[in-house]
Amino acid sequence: MVPVPAEQPTQKPVTVRRRWTEHGLVFIAPFFLTYALFLLWPLVSGIGMSLRSDNITGEGGEFVGFDNYTEAFRDPHVWSSLGNTIWFTVLSTVPLVVTGLVLALLSHHLRFVQWLWRLSWFAPFLLPSGVIGLLFLWVIFPSDFGFADQLLAWFGLHPGIGWLTDERYAMLSIVAATVWWTVGFNFLLYLAALQSIPRHLYEAAELDGAGAWQRLRHVTLPLLKRTTGVVLVLQILASLKIFDQVYIMTGGGPDDSTRPILQYVYQSGFTGYRIGYASAVSYLFFALIVIVSLVQLRFSRRSGESA
Amino acid sequence: MSALLSTDEGRKVRWTPGRRVMLAAALLLAVVWVLPLAWALATSFKPEGEATRTPLRWLGSHFTFDAYRKVWEAGDIGRWMFNTAYISVMTTILTVLLCAMAAYGFSRTEFRGRKALYAVVLAGIMVPPQVLMAPLFAEMVQLGLVDTYWGVILPQVAVPAMVFILVKFFDGVPRELEEAAFVDGAGRWRVFWTIVMPLSRPVLAAVGIFTFISTWNNFLWPFLVTTDPGGMTLPVGLVNVQTSYGLRYEQMMASVVIAGLPLLIVFALFQRQIVRGVAHTGLAGQ
Repeated sequence: MVPVPAEQPTQKPVTVRRRWTEHGLVFIAPFFLTYALFLLWPLVSGIGMSLRSDNITGEGGEFVGFDNYTEAFRDPHVWSSLGNTIWFTVLSTVPLVVTGLVLALLSHHLRFVQWLWRLSWFAPFLLPSGVIGLLFLWVIFPSDFGFADQLLAWFGLHPGIGWLTDERYAMLSIVAATVWWTVGFNFLLYLAALQSIPRHLYEAAELDGAGAWQRLRHVTLPLLKRTTGVVLVLQILASLKIFDQVYIMTGGGPDDSTRPILQYVYQSGFTGYRIGYASAVSYLFFALIVIVSLVQLRFSRRSGESA
Repeated sequence: MSALLSTDEGRKVRWTPGRRVMLAAALLLAVVWVLPLAWALATSFKPEGEATRTPLRWLGSHFTFDAYRKVWEAGDIGRWMFNTAYISVMTTILTVLLCAMAAYGFSRTEFRGRKALYAVVLAGIMVPPQVLMAPLFAEMVQLGLVDTYWGVILPQVAVPAMVFILVKFFDGVPRELEEAAFVDGAGRWRVFWTIVMPLSRPVLAAVGIFTFISTWNNFLWPFLVTTDPGGMTLPVGLVNVQTSYGLRYEQMMASVVIAGLPLLIVFALFQRQIVRGVAHTGLAGQ
């Protein structure tokens, strides 16, 4: 884009200058009203709710101060579901970032039937989480006649693994399904970044006698640092918000071993009817997300300075 | 399709051993990614009861559309698809319109409090809608919007990240383009519609398609705010009735195919814009 100087000392007639300043609020009002009503207001009213013992309609409760918060801190379900959420984030982030990078490198360097790679790796990302959940619940992961067991059977194994019903495998199965489903997004981010690397850098490296591996290590990967930062943060924030796949595939089981924090919020508020308590738990979770975002901001500023 | 190929089309590819290994790896990974979908598709064409017969085969004893017919007759799939399409189209139009107007206001107009207001909008990028589910639902009850289309649509249309992306874009549009129109007597609204919006078509298409995809696929909010089966979206409806088919695997997969197909078609049609959209929404934060 053409850079525009911030303040142009214009000698334009007054009427033109006035036109720049009028109507500003009219343009912003429709957005801001919706924003205030459906984001700012619930954000504020949620704090009020978290201090009350309200039921699901927000009526009939009384002011209880910080009781909901102290209860949440002592609630083992909060800690276990928070632990599950963090464990899922740890398990899923690395394969999602690394696989995304590998897929992007392959498709970028092959420069060949790009549409085929895009279609096969990105298409799952377009499917609704409900569809993904049902696909893996009913067809891929059932024991004995599921596709996953069948795949192993073709290699002479017949394990009858309880992919989603055995505590040892349930979380790993959800991670595998999630990697398959969402890696396409990271793949595209990396692909876009790769395509913006100027070709002459590679040509220069080649003239200096750098082989393919050295070009990857010393040209491509350093230039992808920023993108990796962005992908990593987006991925961590997305993984922390996990709900859909778990709810559909395991319902949080077996024995709550996969239940994420958002599902616990849902259960306390919408099936347990304690919406005040659910709000308090949400705000604790929100605090976690804000901390992650701030740490990232700090981190990206520092790496931005050194770059 | 040729437009989708990389820029190096026409250049002769040298098949060095390294490239052969890469191609083999890419093909293997492509197969791994396609297999689950292929399996779902194959299962949906099997006769009833054959999906669980071991050892499993790709094809049933004969090819049949029975599962599709039964799903269509048994469920509200047509209704849910209409709901999802209506909600997604309305959400996309409103999101693009409101966010583009707001971004234009922030980028191009002056009024008291503009900077403070923009700071409030930017801060909202950090708020994940999921943490608001309890207070937002309580608000919906009070407003009487539970089980209505607007109850699903309205909380999704004011997206602060999108305003941020569009402000960055509008900041780069030269003011001279608009000044000429002002001198000719055009008003701000008219300049916005006839100059700025057409200029921004690529970025608007990218964010629009991206909004459409995420609205179509959204699960948690429609799941919370609709209780009446007639008002459900496709993802929510499918999950809601998953047991009422009596665990017919073929029918489950037929409904999975029906629900997944529309967006795959959208992708095939708008590949370029979607790719650009992902890059925009993901990287503009840099």
